[in-house]
Amino acid sequence: MKIVVCVKQVPDTKGGVKFNPDGTLDRGAMLTIMNPDDKAGLEAALRLKDEYGAEVTVVTMGLPKAEEVLREAIAMGADKGILVTDRVLGGADTWATSTTLAGAIRNLEYDLIITGRQAIDGDTAQVGPQISEHLNIPVISYAQAIKVEGDSVIVERQFEDRHHVLKAQMPCLITALAELNEPRYMTPGGIFDAYDAEITVWGRANLVDVDDSDLGLKGSPTKIAKASDKVRKGAGEKVTLDPTEAVEYLVGKFKEKHVI
Amino acid sequence: MNLEEYKGVFVFAQQVDNKISGVALELLGKAKDLAKDLNTDVTAVLVGSDIKGLVDELAEYGADKVIVVDDPELKDYRTEPYTHALSEVINKYKPEIVLVGATAIGRDLGPRVSARVKTGLTADCTVLEIGDFPINAIPGQEQKHNQLLMTRPAFGGNTIATIACPDNRPQMATVRAGVMQKIHPVKGAKAVVEEFNPGFTPDNKYVEIMDVVKAVTDSVDIMEAKVLVSGGRGVGSKENFKLLEDLAEVLGGTVSCSRAVTDAGWLPVDRQVGQTGKTVRPNLYFAIGISGAIQHVAGMEESDIIVAINKDEDAPIFDVADYGLVGDLNKIVPALTESLKAEIAAK
Repeated sequence: MKIVVCVKQVPDTKGGVKFNPDGTLDRGAMLTIMNPDDKAGLEAALRLKDEYGAEVTVVTMGLPKAEEVLREAIAMGADKGILVTDRVLGGADTWATSTTLAGAIRNLEYDLIITGRQAIDGDTAQVGPQISEHLNIPVISYAQAIKVEGDSVIVERQFEDRHHVLKAQMPCLITALAELNEPRYMTPGGIFDAYDAEITVWGRANLVDVDDSDLGLKGSPTKIAKASDKVRKGAGEKVTLDPTEAVEYLVGKFKEKHVI
Repeated sequence: MNLEEYKGVFVFAQQVDNKISGVALELLGKAKDLAKDLNTDVTAVLVGSDIKGLVDELAEYGADKVIVVDDPELKDYRTEPYTHALSEVINKYKPEIVLVGATAIGRDLGPRVSARVKTGLTADCTVLEIGDFPINAIPGQEQKHNQLLMTRPAFGGNTIATIACPDNRPQMATVRAGVMQKIHPVKGAKAVVEEFNPGFTPDNKYVEIMDVVKAVTDSVDIMEAKVLVSGGRGVGSKENFKLLEDLAEVLGGTVSCSRAVTDAGWLPVDRQVGQTGKTVRPNLYFAIGISGAIQHVAGMEESDIIVAINKDEDAPIFDVADYGLVGDLNKIVPALTESLKAEIAAK
């Protein structure tokens, strides 16, 4: 079985994120990580590899620095990393991004494509389903469990108040939820391999069946009219008291505000 | 693409088990505003099986016209037949705007449709208005009027971007539940009804539904709650949520949570507040053992009063809290519950 996993390098918004005094985000403090939903997708692929034997190819689109997430993926157990990077791809919205990734994936053989449901920087959840449309294959979004049966996948697809158990013929695309699994750590041997691994780098010329007019900022149907950092209302009072005093303080505030 | 051909504001009228989803009614309310500015009308697109009985409800909430796509293949949501239905409606009726709820259905259907009809889609919009693009005229560049300007948070709510789709039609947006307002229903209102069936021929993209498993817990709508007692990873265990339930009970509130809690399986997904969960704005919001990742804050920062209880004095949740208590939730929460119980009993 051949599995393609799409991953994105994103700024880490957990933990280290701090606000400036004016309520905007302190961007200087941020590190980059592999997007969490994508990491769950990669882990799902690696478990299928453990169980059935599979070749796992990881694809990312981004700046040259994004090869870091490919090395991380290889250190976790992926077989191959492909970086799609080119100046003409810059400024792409989800439509142009999915067109680009589909153009790259057309070079590859695959039974299954796995993407994360959404990235924590854009939060759109669009690129996975759009890739499937460009490649004309079925999509199952919001996967919370995946298994393979012959030439089909059986997936638990999450909704707000239920889940569906869906069966699709491969090739198909699945978008993974972070709750699908607990991603494994990189192994020492894996890190060694990742350090030596050759990352394949593709540019515009390697994209199959894609028009120039569909790429990058120019090829993006959506355009940014304006962008600004959101100003938050800011912190109120913060107190460190023993539990009895803390409760008295809060109950006092509740009376003041007519909460009780 | 002749943009002038595209007219009217369309809403995907999501139904599940033949019940219209609240977000669809909210979108009809917004669509009415937009249609007024554009001097056009509002069309609901109702897709499902045996659903004609839902038409009047859509009319009462603001639809001037309802396009009904009714076919047995559309009984339960599946990506391909629904994508085919909505895409064919767009190809035939050429709307200038299509609004879709940012639900687990809409966030799958919207992207697939936008890719098929080749247009832009802006996710999770919080403001929709009609205006110019570019917003300020730029010499040498055409300024287009009557564009849909779609404002959305990005980066977990820390950046606000306003997005336009000037050269493609329709202009598509998804909006989360609870963001737009329903109109007061106009009893007895009627819409022009048009039935349309583009034909459904199953192929490999029609995935098979082997089972539909509904969540067994009592479904709770945390978006309706006036008081939310929300817990995070810091609560420590599923069992320890009893402390939060007791507090919620005293205040007539509901227990909700951060994503870490649903990821751990302590509470079901319908209780999750935040960017991937629900947007809430109760009168009183407790964030207990929640560090305050920006994805969580994006879903609750509009609450009237925010109380944070956390042992880490540097937790980012304190940056948005009106009242922050640094300390052990296991001691503070039960003491608070008892104190409030006594105060309320004394009244």
